Amino acid sequence: MSRHTLSVLVEDKPGVLARISSLFSRRGFNIESLAVGTTELEGVSRMTIVVNVESLPLEQVTKQLNKLINVLKIVELEDAGSVQRELLLVKVKVDPDTRSQVLEVVQLFRAKVVDVAVDAVTIEATGNHDKLDALLRVLEPYGIRELVQSGVVGLARGSKSIADRTLRPVDRTA
Amino acid sequence: MSEQITGAQSLIRAMEHAGVTDVFGIPGGAILPAYDPLMDSKQIRHILVRHEQAGGHAAEGYAAATGRVGVCMATSGPGATNLVTPIADAHMDSVPMVAITGQVAKAAIGTDAFQEADIRGITMPITKHNFLVTDPDEIPRAIAEAFHLASTGRPGPVLVDISKDALQKMTTFNWPERIDLPGYHPVTKPHSKQVREAARMIVESKRPVLYVGGGVIRANASPELLKFAELIGVPVVTTLMARGAFPDSHGQHLGMPGMHGSVAAVGALQRSDLLITIGARFDDRVTGHLPSFAPDAKIIHADIDPAEISKNRTADVPIVGDAREILIELFAAIEAEFAAGNRGDYEEWWQTVGRWRDTYPLGYTHPEDGSLSPEFVLERLSAISGPESVIASGVGQHQMWAAQFIKYEHPRTWLNSGGLGTMGYAVPAAMGAKVGRPDATVWAVDGDGCFQMTNQELATCAINEIPIKVALINNSSLGMVRQWQTLFYNSRYSNTDLHSNRIPDFVKLADAYGCHGLRCESSDQVDATIERALSLNDAPVVIDFVVHRDAMVWPMVAAGTSNDEILVARSLAPEWDRED
Repeated sequence: MSRHTLSVLVEDKPGVLARISSLFSRRGFNIESLAVGTTELEGVSRMTIVVNVESLPLEQVTKQLNKLINVLKIVELEDAGSVQRELLLVKVKVDPDTRSQVLEVVQLFRAKVVDVAVDAVTIEATGNHDKLDALLRVLEPYGIRELVQSGVVGLARGSKSIADRTLRPVDRTA
Repeated sequence: MSEQITGAQSLIRAMEHAGVTDVFGIPGGAILPAYDPLMDSKQIRHILVRHEQAGGHAAEGYAAATGRVGVCMATSGPGATNLVTPIADAHMDSVPMVAITGQVAKAAIGTDAFQEADIRGITMPITKHNFLVTDPDEIPRAIAEAFHLASTGRPGPVLVDISKDALQKMTTFNWPERIDLPGYHPVTKPHSKQVREAARMIVESKRPVLYVGGGVIRANASPELLKFAELIGVPVVTTLMARGAFPDSHGQHLGMPGMHGSVAAVGALQRSDLLITIGARFDDRVTGHLPSFAPDAKIIHADIDPAEISKNRTADVPIVGDAREILIELFAAIEAEFAAGNRGDYEEWWQTVGRWRDTYPLGYTHPEDGSLSPEFVLERLSAISGPESVIASGVGQHQMWAAQFIKYEHPRTWLNSGGLGTMGYAVPAAMGAKVGRPDATVWAVDGDGCFQMTNQELATCAINEIPIKVALINNSSLGMVRQWQTLFYNSRYSNTDLHSNRIPDFVKLADAYGCHGLRCESSDQVDATIERALSLNDAPVVIDFVVHRDAMVWPMVAAGTSNDEILVARSLAPEWDRED
């Protein structure tokens, strides 16, 4: 199994998120993360979907996705050729002894504190999956009260847009 | 200013623009506004069915028999959910169908209103696409897109759910001049490089088989298939969905492959070195245990749906496109190979498959107690009614016998529920077929179990003068389940005895529905009864063929086992490599 990030352009129509998420579940694929938002094109949304599959089932799932009428284009974002980010908000327990240590961690990870209470701080961090994982591992010993993470969003590097034909679509058939 | 009409009037006008002439449905609260202008349509005949499920299957039968889009209509909530089975059925068998449902008013959506069901959400996984329309101005576009989607590319069911207020509000009618679906571009023209590669493999192969699926029928490609098959001269097998795509009388035809396929068809696939797959999808009922299916074969897989290619079996040469266009281009590519002096030699292969065909023809025995053999009934039905007849079948033993013992010469003469396996398909599908092709003799070959799921449509047929003929293969049980209980559950017949030899009395039932009821219990009455049924055309006919209940469908590949384990009869395996 390996992680694949799919960037999917869809028509912004009611029910399109349900069509896509239910397709993954009924074909037996687990979505690790899914983020959706508007794009530079009116009426078009972009989804970034992270899945954990082998490459053959991935081909099958992209073909099935392509069959959805509201799906316009699917591109796989390779790790090396793209920028991928997620957002993390985490509330960490602090006391007078640990507060400065936690703040030091925040600095090291180029994160920031967005809320302060007597016995906790809330930290905002962005980065790729590995960086945020590392941050959480370091914060864990202080006591994590709660955390929330966004799905991954990603763009290919360089000047091209996903709408350009030069980007190779994942669907390799025919 | 443009003419102001109601959303309902706009819907009916849109259906007329889409070319609709026949609709099967039942009115109810939310769809009621649409039924008022429907009454005035000169183009559209609405047939009031007795259950929405039957309306859906009728639309399927209509579509499968004619190639036109079948249309069914229902109200919100239970009306719509009753369409779920036929929609799922049409999805599995790629049947072009449009289902139009009423929905509660926009303001009530999401409030658990009376007769509210989220039918768009419910049918998302079983439709090619679906729409929820709450703005009357959107009705014509939704209908135009629905018919376009249902009938192009890989055909399938499309549902249009329209809120009651959208049907009631005023709007103007605008038929879209062109369809604008930026995410929908079905590929119909095959890639020429792949076609040339396929042709090269065909002339180089030693043991090729043309593995023909229902896509050939959906694409109206039977004439091109015949030309191509005769050009290359290889054995042909037709799947359950493809019966009639290639004439049964043709010397190259080995019959149906799969769980109840002929020994020659199953054996040819297993020993082949090249499967030329056209519009088939390597269904588990054809492949048996997938890893041991056709182990030495390279695969040419041609299909309109790219997602079918390499889904179950990896293709060596994938060809995406319309089956008809593919067969035309393959023909030309093979001619080019011939012109270059490359010609396949299948002499030895024909000797082998010919021996299997001659040694293991489809067969059956008459029961020793003198009771009626179901296979004999269908063999005689085929001979007497002839290959121009349209046969719709239910699901189970009678379906397999109808696929095996009735001889098909033309596409769209065999209608059945292949993928979903929906009991109760036959009577309503036959009704739909008869509406679409009123001049054809249309038979429903049904089991006593299936028949009791949808026989209420005899009323619809009788009242609307749709004289279908029903050949009821009555073995008083859920026969296929009983067969599995015989073979795999030590003959413990749990809940498969329907007692239909006593209740109901099918002849009286037919009579009660205004149909002719005939009964046949012995071999010597069979011909006369069928001939009598063929002579009665003023009302539907039901023949209760009381058959032996222990008859089993053979050959058989047990579920989950390899096709190599096919049995010709109980405990009787074919000898594949007998030395002559």
